[in-house]
Amino acid sequence: MFLINCPFCGERDQSEFSSGGEAHIVRPKQPTELSDDEWAEYLFMRKNIKGIQFERWNHVHGCRKWFNVVRDTSNDKILSVYKMGEKPPVNYK
Amino acid sequence: MKNKYSVFSLIKNALSQHENWQQAWGNPEPKKEYEAIIVGGGGHGLATAYYLAKKHNLKNIAVLEKGWIGGGNTGRNTTIIRSNYLWDASAGLYDHALKLWENLSQELNYNVMFSQRGVMNLAHNLQDVRDLKRRTHANRLNGIDAVWLNTEEVKKFCPIINTSPDIRYPVLGGTLQRRAGTARHDAVAWGYARGASDMGVDIIQNCEVKGIKRNGDKVEGLETTKGFIKTNKIGVVAAGHSSVIANMAGIKLPLESKPLQALVSEPVKPIIDTVVMSNAVHAYVSQSDKGELVIGAGTDSYVSYTQRGSHNIVEETLKAILELYPIFSRMKMLRQWGGIVDICPDASPIISKTNIKGLYFNCGWGTGGFKATPGSGDLFAHTIANDEPHKLNAAFNLNRFVSGDLVDEHGAAAVAH
Repeated sequence: MFLINCPFCGERDQSEFSSGGEAHIVRPKQPTELSDDEWAEYLFMRKNIKGIQFERWNHVHGCRKWFNVVRDTSNDKILSVYKMGEKPPVNYK
Repeated sequence: MKNKYSVFSLIKNALSQHENWQQAWGNPEPKKEYEAIIVGGGGHGLATAYYLAKKHNLKNIAVLEKGWIGGGNTGRNTTIIRSNYLWDASAGLYDHALKLWENLSQELNYNVMFSQRGVMNLAHNLQDVRDLKRRTHANRLNGIDAVWLNTEEVKKFCPIINTSPDIRYPVLGGTLQRRAGTARHDAVAWGYARGASDMGVDIIQNCEVKGIKRNGDKVEGLETTKGFIKTNKIGVVAAGHSSVIANMAGIKLPLESKPLQALVSEPVKPIIDTVVMSNAVHAYVSQSDKGELVIGAGTDSYVSYTQRGSHNIVEETLKAILELYPIFSRMKMLRQWGGIVDICPDASPIISKTNIKGLYFNCGWGTGGFKATPGSGDLFAHTIANDEPHKLNAAFNLNRFVSGDLVDEHGAAAVAH
């Protein structure tokens, strides 16, 4: 359990948010040309990182807006929050 | 078995004040090379090593465990064992395990305290009733015992359940698998460790894997905190940390690791002699032999490796427990903990080869791996020894995420485990 600093509403309890999983997985531009392997990679395969992860959250019980979070999954510490469409911070890898 | 446990060994050791019991398993330093290495010394990993040695005659094998054996999810689950799954593939897998459970104490000469006290799944709405009835029929076609109980029968089977029609989620009935039940989770790890060690398996604790050495498309060995160990067969049974190991080999898995919580109450006199699960309100409860209520809660929605879990999840589970069992309203909870479970998109496990030769994965058990421990070990051992899956785990291959032939237990059957 932790607090998330929603870029639109400020700091709120994590239970107000819903996790959207790994961020920056780009939807295929030409879906009809994808092989089964590429579809599997896009749909199912995840980095599932222990450490610093870039992920999406939705403030589902608040402003209902999506945004990105950089979080260390080994201790749940949030390192950065940035809006959809913004470039991810470069100081985390 | 070198030191067979029996009433005679108990008497003999009683005469020497129980000071001469032999260690149940060895504590060796790793050798330079093994025929096969199992990464992860939980129940599934130890069972894999046990069956590799016993049924496939591989003696030069090791189990590497980064902490102590059975210290991960094996010691953190709510010990429920059942096989009433909807799909044929799952029914085959879990009932294979259940059949092994039925004889496991004798097989291992170690009391795993397997207790077939029955598992009851409750239905709270019309869709639950339809789904659970359908599952009962599917189970019976697969030779798995299952019966449908109406509300009165539920009340008769477990009198402390509140079956009043005016609660938020009224009990409309339930299914019962009488062969299902619980076992002592630590004993399972210890029994398999003792059995494997007895056949010459090296169980190496406090040894963390740091890297996988690959030569092209085959494995050559493992970098560990105790140095490099050569092998050309690696079986990874690392539960929540499967993706971490996969990453070392340069592959990705369709897994997300999330905290799953459980809690136990203060011990009380026997009050509930079965296991009751409710998927709709996500609460399940049984009573341990010590008298504690063992309560399983849900997973968090986000990836985390913290072994903690969120408070709101526990709160929701306890709310549901209190509505179903008002008698527990003044119980105090003693302990709460989390374990990291690796969840597949179709909520079914992976027991599979990979496209790297000699690298095998047994993972994705999600919230319900404990019940499968003996079967999982047996089938994974078969897969490693023959480099081919057994027919019971053929459906649980990694390639199903490419072919689309998923074993979708998520929406179709019991989600809670």
